[in-house]
Amino acid sequence: MTDQPDRAQPETVQRRRPAADDAGAVAVAATPHGAAPGSGDLTDELLRSDQWTDEMVRAAGIPVTDIPFLTIGGGIGSFVTVDYLRIAGVSTDRIAVLSNLDFAWQTYEYLTRVSQIPRPERIRSDSASRPDNIWGFPSYALAEAVGERTFAPLWQVLIEPIWADYYTPKAGRVFAGLERESQRISWSQMLVKGQVRMVRKRQGGGYFVILTPMAGSAPTKRLAYRAEFVHLAVGYPGLRFLPELQEFRTAHQDFHHVVSAYEEHEHVYEAARTKHLVVMLRGGGIVASRVLARLMDDRAKYGLSTEIVHLFRTYISSSHGPNAWNRRKGAHGFAYQGFNYPKSVWGGQLKARVRRLEGDDRGKAYKLMGGTNTPYRRRWQAQMQEGRDAGWYRTMAGTVEQMRLDQGKIISVVKTQTGMVEVAADFVVDCTGLEADIAEHRVLADLLEHSGAARNPLGRLDVERTFELRGSGSGPGVMYASGATTLGGYFPGVDTFLGLQVAAQEIADDLARRGFCRRIGTFRSITQWLRWARDQQP
Amino acid sequence: MLPTLGGRIQTRLILLAVVGGVVTLIIGPLLPISAPLSVVYQDTFVILAAVAVLGIGWECLYHFGMQWRWEKDWPTLFGLATAIPEGLLVWLLLKAGAIPGISGTVPAAAFVIDFALVWLAVWLVANGPMRVPFIRWRFHGGRLV
Repeated sequence: MTDQPDRAQPETVQRRRPAADDAGAVAVAATPHGAAPGSGDLTDELLRSDQWTDEMVRAAGIPVTDIPFLTIGGGIGSFVTVDYLRIAGVSTDRIAVLSNLDFAWQTYEYLTRVSQIPRPERIRSDSASRPDNIWGFPSYALAEAVGERTFAPLWQVLIEPIWADYYTPKAGRVFAGLERESQRISWSQMLVKGQVRMVRKRQGGGYFVILTPMAGSAPTKRLAYRAEFVHLAVGYPGLRFLPELQEFRTAHQDFHHVVSAYEEHEHVYEAARTKHLVVMLRGGGIVASRVLARLMDDRAKYGLSTEIVHLFRTYISSSHGPNAWNRRKGAHGFAYQGFNYPKSVWGGQLKARVRRLEGDDRGKAYKLMGGTNTPYRRRWQAQMQEGRDAGWYRTMAGTVEQMRLDQGKIISVVKTQTGMVEVAADFVVDCTGLEADIAEHRVLADLLEHSGAARNPLGRLDVERTFELRGSGSGPGVMYASGATTLGGYFPGVDTFLGLQVAAQEIADDLARRGFCRRIGTFRSITQWLRWARDQQP
Repeated sequence: MLPTLGGRIQTRLILLAVVGGVVTLIIGPLLPISAPLSVVYQDTFVILAAVAVLGIGWECLYHFGMQWRWEKDWPTLFGLATAIPEGLLVWLLLKAGAIPGISGTVPAAAFVIDFALVWLAVWLVANGPMRVPFIRWRFHGGRLV
């Protein structure tokens, strides 16, 4: 994210302060106290060189801390990877998490909250995809059934998806579970707060990671970490608006009437409660569905007269696909799919298939399963039908050629199949997504330029089946990447909870092969699960 | 379930052997069959083997049917509901005397109880606890090797 999450939001979790004499904290906290003389910032030589020597870093006066494994990002991707390693027996003094987040689900919670999935609402994720539990057992459905003393979730996972919507957990349950696991694996002991500036190969093996620590927390501007294994899970580089919306916002300096669903936009719903509004929605995915659901729910709850115009760039009116074996359902503009990807990417047919494909073939496979989609939820279907019948919910297919302001209303000139149509709205909500090029992220751009990283058929980081960053090996050291930045590789479901765990498993197994940790076998898996169940540290 | 063809077959065979075997061992003495225990065990284990062997064919059929699903998943309920056609087939073959190794006749009640309990146990294990000892199983389409 290019903008920091809103610091004014209330703390959702108690922060644990690591004890000063805690062995786990020593390796990481030592640096601010052992400052070396020198400018402590990156020199020209460092910026220019593809490979750094220990002397170069010393000459720059940047203090160096040794840590065998470090992960950059500190979000869900780093969390599940570290979780795997802790369960594989790696102690906290051998792992560091470099992040600007206070807790692993901070960005995720912020984004889900503003895109209208607050804690009581359900996210779009399978019952057995538990980022706080590598086994996926007990599933969220089982845990909810036990916790709420009701059979309903169990019944739903029994009859899904034919006779009920796919069960998905409430956001609050997911975050509570992450908090428990975070404390269990002593996450805060491994956490180093700051902004990672770059990663470079080290002559002799391993990597240097440059961190800009929080202002005032260290005597030098930069800190260096020398690691044998580096893991990148930096997420989406940032928000990207549709070009015409970006133009409008910049030209009119109006950030109030044209908003992204991924930023705080509660004022739209507040305005809807005070007067008749016309809201234009752009996008056909889960976020558009959630924003629409919020508008429809408020309409029903407060007796409002909000009108919604939903513009789809690609309008899906029925089942679509090249043949009977590749047909996805759709209607009224939306393509329907239970989860972010066809389910078999998380372990079934599609995973096995894409694992064997290279280059163009892989690109084509992604294209086939691609396209914006949303889950089919019975309640939403009923609400949308009501809206269509009563006329307050209209869908359109087309693209916006230009936007202008006219007497306080935003006029969008839409190019449809039947010609140009002008649509007037009070607010425009862009629900089209977080996609941005990986080179917009400084660390990734630097890797592409200096460390041998390459792009895959979809333009993101090229990784092996083991999630090793291809081309950036350094002596016995290896760099791994997982999550959204690796979309387009041998594993299709990367930017999902379970996808991050699949990557974490591959990475942990690869690290075991390289001697960094033990391989989680059957016996270890059972004993560790029992420890998880009893909330005992790994 | 997110199975591949190989995974389905492996899971079926291994679970029937281990979970099915344990359940059959336990319920043997409790089944309503008026025959010596050795005969009961002979019959029930032969039925277990029959379900396994026929099961390979059934799994191929399910895999084929699954191709019509966009998600390429095998819904949980299907794993339970397929007990009916599979059980029916084994029963018909039993009655026709087409299953080798069966001694005497197996009463309907005993068969239903035996088949249902083994099926339920296998289904329950596959849909939850299996993930605890085998962390790679569900990501490999059901393959254990």
